Amino acid sequence: MSGLSLALRDSNTMLRRNLLHARRYPSLTLNLLLTPIMLLLLFVYIFGDVMSAGIGGGADRSDYIAYLVPGLLLMTIGSTTIGTAVSVSTDMSEGIIARFRTMAIHRGSVLIGHVVGSVLQSVLSVVLVGAVAVAIGFRSTDATALEWLAAFGLLVLFALALTWIAVGMGLVSPNAEAASNNALPLILLPLLSSAFVPVDGMPGWFQPIAEYQPFTPAIETLRGLLLGSHIGHNAWLAIAWCLGLAALGHLWSASTFNRDPK
Amino acid sequence: MTHPAIAANGLRKSYGEKVVLDGIDLTVPQGSVFALLGPNGAGKTTVVKILSTLIATDHGQARVGGHDLATESQAVRAAIGVTGQFSAVDGLITGEENMLLMADLHHLSKREGRRVAAELLERFDLVEAAKKPASTYSGGMKRRLDIAMTLVGDPRIIFLDEPTTGLDPRSRHTMWQIIRELVAGGVTVFLTTQYLEEADQLADRIAVLDNGKIAAEGSAEELKRLIPGGHIRLRFTDPSTYRSAATALREATRDDEALTLQIPGDGSHRELRAVLDQLEAADVEADEVSVHTPDLDDVFFALTGPADLPTQSQSKETVR
Repeated sequence: MSGLSLALRDSNTMLRRNLLHARRYPSLTLNLLLTPIMLLLLFVYIFGDVMSAGIGGGADRSDYIAYLVPGLLLMTIGSTTIGTAVSVSTDMSEGIIARFRTMAIHRGSVLIGHVVGSVLQSVLSVVLVGAVAVAIGFRSTDATALEWLAAFGLLVLFALALTWIAVGMGLVSPNAEAASNNALPLILLPLLSSAFVPVDGMPGWFQPIAEYQPFTPAIETLRGLLLGSHIGHNAWLAIAWCLGLAALGHLWSASTFNRDPK
Repeated sequence: MTHPAIAANGLRKSYGEKVVLDGIDLTVPQGSVFALLGPNGAGKTTVVKILSTLIATDHGQARVGGHDLATESQAVRAAIGVTGQFSAVDGLITGEENMLLMADLHHLSKREGRRVAAELLERFDLVEAAKKPASTYSGGMKRRLDIAMTLVGDPRIIFLDEPTTGLDPRSRHTMWQIIRELVAGGVTVFLTTQYLEEADQLADRIAVLDNGKIAAEGSAEELKRLIPGGHIRLRFTDPSTYRSAATALREATRDDEALTLQIPGDGSHRELRAVLDQLEAADVEADEVSVHTPDLDDVFFALTGPADLPTQSQSKETVR
């Protein structure tokens, strides 16, 4: 069997294994889904009136829903990838990984299975959170089919980037608790982005951090695609961040995984 | 092709300052059972990890199944099956799913995979438990599933790292039976154990590993011959009889509390008669006569450095 078809076949087997895990034990994924949904409801129904004043232009609650949803969709991805870090870390502590290492299979398939499985879970989670958003009144104003497609592509790319980082975090964590802690920035970063309030409203010294961290360009791009706001250089920034993080996470994960186990 | 199944030369491994393996040479002929025997921490698992491509050796080289460990590791992996010390099953999925996972990773067709999985589940008495998550299995069942998974690819060389540690006596005997069946099928088995009886029961050749070095190697019989340890044991119930016997048999080692005497010897007819003649001459009779031949325990304690267990007579001395 050639190298590529071996890689595809083994990665597919590993993916099916991970999806089986997720299907048998959905509680982790579902728990992580609660955070963005709670935040969505909290910010819309409890803080909605106050927050809408914060985005300016005499906005009301329904305007704030529109403002909030792109950020929360990306936060959903951050939240899902915490689960990735935890399940990778748990998996590595299992004896079966040592078995895989002594089998004539494609070396990278274990990680690729995790990554693809996690991206699929992210997409599913985004769809679920999106459905809740639509149910409470979120509507895209003017997105064309192409813009929807681009929005979907951005979400997948963003999920891929965060997932590779989360896999690396899972690999270097000695246990599930540590993995969960190490992956915390993935869900904290959106709070320091333009997800909830515009960057303009933050203290001057903090604005550059908020503006150029990975979440804000992706959020602004998604807003532009779905709601027609100005995207500008954010699209390129978002893509650069995604590719950079994915490459970095991949190299980190691969070198950690290929090291001799203790 | 008649290369040995495993040939290792000068394997060394250290973690930081700690030397775990200090020059290991091994040759395991095809179709034989080789036991690596040693106390905890002797380096047994490290040898298995190196030979099964899990970790790299610092020095030395080895060929497994005729393939070089360092340069042809995928070919080595294709030839071997490994059952590690800690169960290598996926606890989150069922026993059957574990088997089908292995079938997929060995690139069997769907139909072939199902056939092999069903056959092995049947052979290892796991049919009833096949639909239950492997995490709910008992220790013995997990170990059986573990070996069944190892066998999916029909490996010609199998590594078993302490296959019976933690199993109850019945499961242990089942495991021994499984290993014997494997060998009957022409498979080479490399096993590690801390049980001397296990090595004695199963292995064609035994190497005693101590402190990262092979202290001795040979068949069980050869190892037993390495050390003297045979003796004739006489037990008495009456203290005065015991004392008369002790006086008559000068060369005997005394155990005054247990009222037993030990006379070194190989247990031959002639020696036994000589001892009994001496007793007769002193007009005493032992209540029990037993002949003790050296077993692997004696070999083990003699070879693995300062004995952990003091000999009986010494311990009596210190108690007194």
